[in-house]
Amino acid sequence: MTWSVTARGAHQPDNTAFTQQRLPAWQPLLSASIALPLFFCAGLAFIGLGLGLYYTSNGIKELEYDYTGNSGTSNCSVSCQCAWYFSLPELFQGPVFLYYELSNFYQNYRRYVVSRDDAQLSGLQSALRQPINECAPYQYSAGGLPIAPCGAIANSLFNDSFSLWHQRSAGGPYVEVPLDRTGIAWWSDYHVKFRNPPLVNGSLALAFQGTAPPPNWPRPVYELSSDPNNTGFINQDFVVWMRTAALPTFRKLYARIRQGNYTAGLPRGAYRVNITYNYPVTAFGGHKRIIFSSISWMGGKNPFLGIAYLVVGSLCILTGFVMLVVYIRYQDQNDDDDDEE
Amino acid sequence: MALSVDSSWHRWQWRVKDGFPQSASEFTPLLSTRRQSQNYNLRQQRVVFPNNRIFHQDWGKISRRYSGNRICTTKYTLLTFLPQNLFEQFHRWANLYFLFLVILNWMPSMEVFHREITMLPLAVVLFIIMAKDGMEDFKRYLFDREVNCSSIQIYERKEQSYVQKRWKDVCVGDFIQMRCNEIIPADILLLFSSDPSGICHLETANLDGETNLKQRRVVKGFSQREALLEPEHFHNTIVCEKPNNNLNKFKGYMEHPDKTRTGFGSESLLLRGCTIRNTEMAVGIVIYAGHSSKSIFTQQGPTTALRDKMKQKIQISPFYSLGILLCLFSGHSLWNRTFEEHPPFDVPDANGNFLPLTLGGFYMFLTMIILLQVLIPISLYVSIELVKLGQVFFLHNDLDLYDEETDVPIQCRALNVTEDLGQIQYIFSDKTGTLTENKMVFRRCTIMGSEFSHQENAKRLETPKELDSDSEEWTHYQCLSFPSRWAQGPTTVRGQGGAQPLRRSQSAQVPIQGHSRQRSMGRCENSQPPVAFSSPIEKDVTPDKSLLTKVRDAALWLETLSDTRPAKPSLSTASSIADFFLALTICNSVMVSTTTEPRQRVTISSSTKALGMSLEKIQQLFQRLKLLSLSQSFSSTAPSDTDLGESLGTNVPTTDSDERDDSSVCSGCYSTDGGYRSSTWDQGDILGSGEGPPLEEVLEGPALGLTSPELCYEAESPDEAALVHAAHAYSFTLVSRTPEQVTVRLPQGICLTFDLLCTLGFDSVRKRMSVVVRHPLTGEIIVYTKGADSVIMDLLEDPARVTDSNVEKKLRKIQARTQKHLDLYARDGLRTLCIAKKVVSEEYFQRWASFRHEAEAALDNRDELLMETAQHLENQLTLLGATGIEDRLQDGVPDTIAALQEAGIQIWVLTGDKQETAINIAYSCRLLDQTDTVYTINTENQETCDSILNCVLEEVKQFHGPRKPDRKLFGFCLPSEMPSTASVDVVPKVGLVIDGKTLNVIFQGKLEKKFLELTQYCRSVLCCRSTPLQKSMIVKLVRDKLRVMTLSIGDGANDVSMIQAADIGIGISGQEGMQAVMSSDFAISRFRHLKKLLLVHGHWCYSRLARMVVYFFYKNVCYVNLLFWYQFFCGFSGSTMIDYWQTIFFNLFFTSVPPLVFGVLDKDISAETLLALPELYKRGQNSECYNLSTFWISMVDAFYQSLVCFFIPYLTYRDSDIDVFTFGTPINTIALATILLHQAIEMKTWTIIHVLVLVTSFLMYFVISLVYNATCVTCNSPTNPYWVMEGQLSDLTFYLVCFLTPVVALLPRF
Repeated sequence: MTWSVTARGAHQPDNTAFTQQRLPAWQPLLSASIALPLFFCAGLAFIGLGLGLYYTSNGIKELEYDYTGNSGTSNCSVSCQCAWYFSLPELFQGPVFLYYELSNFYQNYRRYVVSRDDAQLSGLQSALRQPINECAPYQYSAGGLPIAPCGAIANSLFNDSFSLWHQRSAGGPYVEVPLDRTGIAWWSDYHVKFRNPPLVNGSLALAFQGTAPPPNWPRPVYELSSDPNNTGFINQDFVVWMRTAALPTFRKLYARIRQGNYTAGLPRGAYRVNITYNYPVTAFGGHKRIIFSSISWMGGKNPFLGIAYLVVGSLCILTGFVMLVVYIRYQDQNDDDDDEE
Repeated sequence: MALSVDSSWHRWQWRVKDGFPQSASEFTPLLSTRRQSQNYNLRQQRVVFPNNRIFHQDWGKISRRYSGNRICTTKYTLLTFLPQNLFEQFHRWANLYFLFLVILNWMPSMEVFHREITMLPLAVVLFIIMAKDGMEDFKRYLFDREVNCSSIQIYERKEQSYVQKRWKDVCVGDFIQMRCNEIIPADILLLFSSDPSGICHLETANLDGETNLKQRRVVKGFSQREALLEPEHFHNTIVCEKPNNNLNKFKGYMEHPDKTRTGFGSESLLLRGCTIRNTEMAVGIVIYAGHSSKSIFTQQGPTTALRDKMKQKIQISPFYSLGILLCLFSGHSLWNRTFEEHPPFDVPDANGNFLPLTLGGFYMFLTMIILLQVLIPISLYVSIELVKLGQVFFLHNDLDLYDEETDVPIQCRALNVTEDLGQIQYIFSDKTGTLTENKMVFRRCTIMGSEFSHQENAKRLETPKELDSDSEEWTHYQCLSFPSRWAQGPTTVRGQGGAQPLRRSQSAQVPIQGHSRQRSMGRCENSQPPVAFSSPIEKDVTPDKSLLTKVRDAALWLETLSDTRPAKPSLSTASSIADFFLALTICNSVMVSTTTEPRQRVTISSSTKALGMSLEKIQQLFQRLKLLSLSQSFSSTAPSDTDLGESLGTNVPTTDSDERDDSSVCSGCYSTDGGYRSSTWDQGDILGSGEGPPLEEVLEGPALGLTSPELCYEAESPDEAALVHAAHAYSFTLVSRTPEQVTVRLPQGICLTFDLLCTLGFDSVRKRMSVVVRHPLTGEIIVYTKGADSVIMDLLEDPARVTDSNVEKKLRKIQARTQKHLDLYARDGLRTLCIAKKVVSEEYFQRWASFRHEAEAALDNRDELLMETAQHLENQLTLLGATGIEDRLQDGVPDTIAALQEAGIQIWVLTGDKQETAINIAYSCRLLDQTDTVYTINTENQETCDSILNCVLEEVKQFHGPRKPDRKLFGFCLPSEMPSTASVDVVPKVGLVIDGKTLNVIFQGKLEKKFLELTQYCRSVLCCRSTPLQKSMIVKLVRDKLRVMTLSIGDGANDVSMIQAADIGIGISGQEGMQAVMSSDFAISRFRHLKKLLLVHGHWCYSRLARMVVYFFYKNVCYVNLLFWYQFFCGFSGSTMIDYWQTIFFNLFFTSVPPLVFGVLDKDISAETLLALPELYKRGQNSECYNLSTFWISMVDAFYQSLVCFFIPYLTYRDSDIDVFTFGTPINTIALATILLHQAIEMKTWTIIHVLVLVTSFLMYFVISLVYNATCVTCNSPTNPYWVMEGQLSDLTFYLVCFLTPVVALLPRF
């Protein structure tokens, strides 16, 4: 015995549970007694959740109108007007959100997505003068001036505008419903990510001096709105547009209705939406829609999640039953075998 | 210089050949001027000038051309490391692919990401691998440096003396002086040896693994010099062949100043790496140095690139990705075609032009390649390397693979073949030193028909360690029961009170001869390579008690010969036993030498007594012994008598006294013979108490005087040494041997000197050797013959010719019984040798001797004549007995082999040994079973070989009939010929034995196919007498033709080629040199370690790695498919909904560690189960863990999961104002959860580490994402996911989606 101790050499490996791979290990084995209750519980929970989701989603109302028009009328080179009349038989429960929806517009197209300059948008002077190369060909104007905001996304800014009019009583005058156009962008975008360049002599226009607006824009960026908190790069419509949509058919928030008499929602009555449009979509087979939607705790109307939960839950229970049957049968057989033995 | 010199040289040579008379001035190049040295054709020959005063100018010119002795095995130098390593790395398909991607990204029209980002993964991978290679190379460098800086005595011209220098300073032409036990630094021509006969002993274990000593002779003409060779007086020039790789061939000549030439061959060449043994000093001149020395030259063959089955399969994935890309490409083209004009989101290039459709599509295609590079997980390569590192770590740390005796754990020298350990189908093993310990041990013998089984000996061999403890117990016992005796001398007191090592040293010192020096330092310096045959296990033979008694009688009988000559040669047991042991002692070519350092003696009381001992006392003693033996010879079974006899026998004076006077020599050899000792002492004490101490003292006297010089035996084959040691155990000690005389000391201490009349050396045809001696006492001329049983039994005296019927009967009986014993031995796997003798008359011998002389003088067919004369002498022999020698198997070899065979591994033994030995070993290690049919093929003829192969094949096929469809040759099916499954067991398994020559025939005659077909039926194959080249050829043949995973295991330099040829080479580190280890992938210290290495670690490594790779693919396919699905919604443009950094993080951090842990730690089956059920190994052989079906199943799984992970969020977020990254985040999260949970399901064992890693990965994802999303406002332009994660975490839908999707995705797994 002493021999082995003295002979224990310098090269002898450590005898620990780790190095000898003898760590206590647990082998997960799912026995029927664990798996079956698990399945049933999960199934029930899923069904419960699913039901809740489904009903919530069903409670959400949506109103939508496709104003793309036919190819003849939709081609507005300057600016066209049209109106959409609808009436609400009952209160449209608030808060009500006004969206516009474009379909078949691939805002997620790779070259489109990258065609922007976040540095410029965050108000960096140097980036304002020298937009990054990804913006090309909307990097510099034909006159050689840097484009602000540069890039294809900004260039293709959605520029249709909507106004909502409410007729309280039949034949009465249309009263404009105040649309809250602020707070439609992400707080973080509006306050952090997008910044105007520092004012020159208190003027935004001077700050943007020496830059050109994107080719498609009729007016420069600092004239997007008269509200100094909503113009330039921090114009909320612009900020919303710059957050590129994930899917080719997408909605973007246009306004919220939560002011004055409309805090609770849209009361019943007749409504008119005045649409000023010249945004071209027919070229790529797109459509334009305007949507009124209320939202719930789980967001907009989407029955899918509830249905999915329901389906999965019932699947779980079904599998549980099948397993139960198999298990009982198998156990019987086992018992039989035992008996035979 | 080239042409003119060449032609002149040729002219000169041609003239020499044709015997033209030459005039010195014109044709001898050497002496006329110095410049003429150029006349040597350096292209075909190597000219060496000695580095002394006379030649130093020539030497300076010439030796510059030759490589120095510095060796460099490193692959890179500091300068070339970077480019060369990069060059090698880009040989790897995947690396090139990634490089291509990086280059693509540098092209402006396709730049997707920042160029630096794309380079990052590749750079990381390259760097890690580079660091690994660098480390490996650095280790090699350190080893080289160690070798290069070993010191050696070199002759220095200026100082005119030998100076200590380093190996790397050795140049061709230098004179080197080497001392005993030094390693030879270069190939050296031996010019001087301290041995008077000009012989230098050499141990070549480093080169060929043979531990026996080789003799090298000084070049002719130098041998007679008495004084030390004086380099300044060396005026010769040496011309020899160019460096080549033939270890055993060397030719050259030496030109003397007087233009005469002396030829020399390989018998004078000391090869680099060998060790000088038993020669005090040797001087030589360096011929080849460094990389041109033969031992290194042999290793320079191109090492075969080890193929890696798994990696080949990994190559599939690029094709998969290519498929996806093509899909996208066409998709993009189609999608693009749907537009009549360019939509606002189709951004033109920088100049405002839109690309033509196809070109745009092509660009898109390339871009896509860059985008989806995640698909071929570059991290997979890194991960595989890391997992292998981890596996190697655990391999290295396994206590079961650690050898306590040598303090060596397993060494993993190649890091990239761990998983191959789990797929081995063929093992090629060396025999000597691998299966066996290469230690010949005398096991049993049979003398005159009675068997002496040497039980104690067997026991000792089986359990050496237990006996060690026994000896300790015994000492205690001794102290308790016989205190008075122990107190007698000062030494005994020391022995009693000394520390434990002291006690051990006592017991280790049993035999007189041995390397006491070796022993005395053995304990502290285990690293010292053992001198050949000095291990105690070989030398210490425990005598069989009953035999010992008889030996005693026999010795006495021998004694009586001097007094009264018996009238006729007696057949009595005693005489036969004496003859038997004399034959063992004499009939060999063992050289005896004394160790150079005299043993340190302690003056002890008994020695003074011994000096005073008178001859009368000895006489008196013999009288007493005679009396004893007389009484015993009549009733040998009487217990009391045997007791006495035994006690006498064991009181061999040599052992007794030796122990006493050696007790103070602290030695390191662990004891293995405690049992023996204990019995000795016991008996001795009984005797002592019975008859009183005087007898003991008397016995001690003469022995002491005789034993003072330590004896070393140097044998050419280990068998011989074993026999001599065995005889020594019975106190027949070989004391000296000269060409004329042999001196043997008898048990009584009397030395007999036999005149050696003739020695007929061993050769493989006769399979025997004989010595003819004249007995000093009787004066008879006796022939002692020793040889293989098959041969000797045929040469025996025909019993029928004996007149006396009694004798005849006895002879027949003896022969029959001996034969029976021989069969028994063979079954036990012992090497058997028969010992026989013959007494020839004076006249007969004279006649024969003259014949012999004629034969020796004959010019034509000398060999045949010699053979004939030998046959004349070696007949009519009287059988004395037979010995069984065990080439001791290593511990656990039979078990290991059985387990490996059960695991479906075919084991072949490739050995350079004799056929009989190989077969014996095969039987004893259970490679072959007694019931097996063994086919032996020995032929040199191609046709015969072909026909034999055909025959055997036919026969074997009949055994295994049902397996082969060719039996339906006759048009109808033979009914009921097929043995049912039950009878398959009855079919004997087949073993094949084949020898080197036959292998040659097979390789040359294109019979490989048949040979391989035959081997398919064989349980095992033995290849005997095969050269290293043949070994590697066989390995390559099997590996390439059968497409199997092969493993070679060996320990000597002769196995190097075989080790390199196989997929995995395993070297056994241990007694022999390091060459096998250096070229191996793994080095273990014992053969039995192979069992756990393969069955447990091999299985684990393989299954872990395989499952990790599958998982990795699953992971990446799953992830990339997510991106792929998205392409349908982004115009096949290759945009991603997940930020690129997060994609990289995903692969790099969040999902990389769990597979690593999985690949390193997961155990699908416990070690105990694996060892108990070797069949489980077969899973790896059939690559069940990583075959196409498992691969595709996991791919389908990945496909399904990615579908779920993409479309559930898609459907959830459809028709909403979701933006790109907000959409991507839940998908990313879901994918992570799914992938990690999938991993959790895949894991077979959960340890705390697994749990920790999984949980950490998941948490880390959130933490990193949150931090990244919160801080990155403008970084990573043009797009970044600022505040996305935060936004999502405050959204309930996110949680709902994240909860639902993994469940749906993983539901089918249940």
